[in-house]
Amino acid sequence: MKAIVIGCGRVGSSVALELRREGWDVVAVDEKEEALSRLGESWDGGFVVGHGMDSSVLRRAGIEDADAVVVSTDGDNTNIVVGQVVQKRFGVECVVVRLLDPARAAFYAEQGMRTVCPTSNAIEVLTDAARTCAVPTPAKVPA
Amino acid sequence: MYVLIAGGGKIGANLARSLLRAGQEVTLIEQRRDRFERLEDEFEHVVVHGDATELFVLERAGIQRPPSIVIAATGDDEDNIVICQLAREKYGVEKVIARVNDPRNQVHFDLLGVSPTVCATSSIMALIEHEVPEHGLVHLLELPKENVEIVEVQIPPDADCAGRSIERLTLPEGSRLISVKRDGHFEIADGATTLRAGDQVLAILPPGKEDELRKVLLAS
Repeated sequence: MKAIVIGCGRVGSSVALELRREGWDVVAVDEKEEALSRLGESWDGGFVVGHGMDSSVLRRAGIEDADAVVVSTDGDNTNIVVGQVVQKRFGVECVVVRLLDPARAAFYAEQGMRTVCPTSNAIEVLTDAARTCAVPTPAKVPA
Repeated sequence: MYVLIAGGGKIGANLARSLLRAGQEVTLIEQRRDRFERLEDEFEHVVVHGDATELFVLERAGIQRPPSIVIAATGDDEDNIVICQLAREKYGVEKVIARVNDPRNQVHFDLLGVSPTVCATSSIMALIEHEVPEHGLVHLLELPKENVEIVEVQIPPDADCAGRSIERLTLPEGSRLISVKRDGHFEIADGATTLRAGDQVLAILPPGKEDELRKVLLAS
């Protein structure tokens, strides 16, 4: 199975590493070459420098035979557009798009996009934690 | 008419100015604080501060009414695409116009059905081509929705195709040569028409096949 991870930040790099560990063929894409260092010295997957809006970059990453694409740059609107391009132009069925804004995530989910919104998850977990008072009190640091 | 403009740069602000002068109702959304303050001095309550891709900002600007038209004129192409999609799909706005900042993104606007679009670089290039047909091919008519365009090509001296009949040329798929203008005379082209250097040929073709057509008619 082959995955392309567009946007190799904190989230994207971890997704790339995890999938690689599970035996996937993984190519990470990021605008900045420095992002490669997030994957560690022993990274044996692919890495392409470039913007996800650039179709030639996606082709170089091997988009045409990708089974799954994770779009996780730090720009919600970039992720929305890149996700749609990957789905419509390259026909990749499994496209997962990370969006920080819950409102846009909900709207595009209604439109059939697979969106993941960490903000919504955080809101849920935090509210729930407060509700049940399940947050452990931090140990007091002795003066 | 109620017009909602996203992006208060030179384009957005001047559109707002012109529309207000023409007596139209306008709301202008600007994200940058410094720019917003300057615009507010001039336009007062017409300007809304915020990110026009945020639903609550659009709603504060009155997108639920909905406006007769939404103009996405920010300096970011992804933002402009999202603004148009939200306006149309979520709020039922019937007409949108999007600004394309980087002409390389035009394909994405087209793919996602965001139209009409306006791209300054492409407009200027089209004018240059018309004035100085250096690329050997002039766009006379473009109908992107119909997936067809009409171009004019002048057959250069020493062109491989000169002296050959049209039926012997391998033209790009979906294209036809319509007519040939030679020594001031104009004739409809058919398979038997033989091309000569200096001929001005009109061709109809799907967009994106220009390079293939250039190879057939201009290569020497």
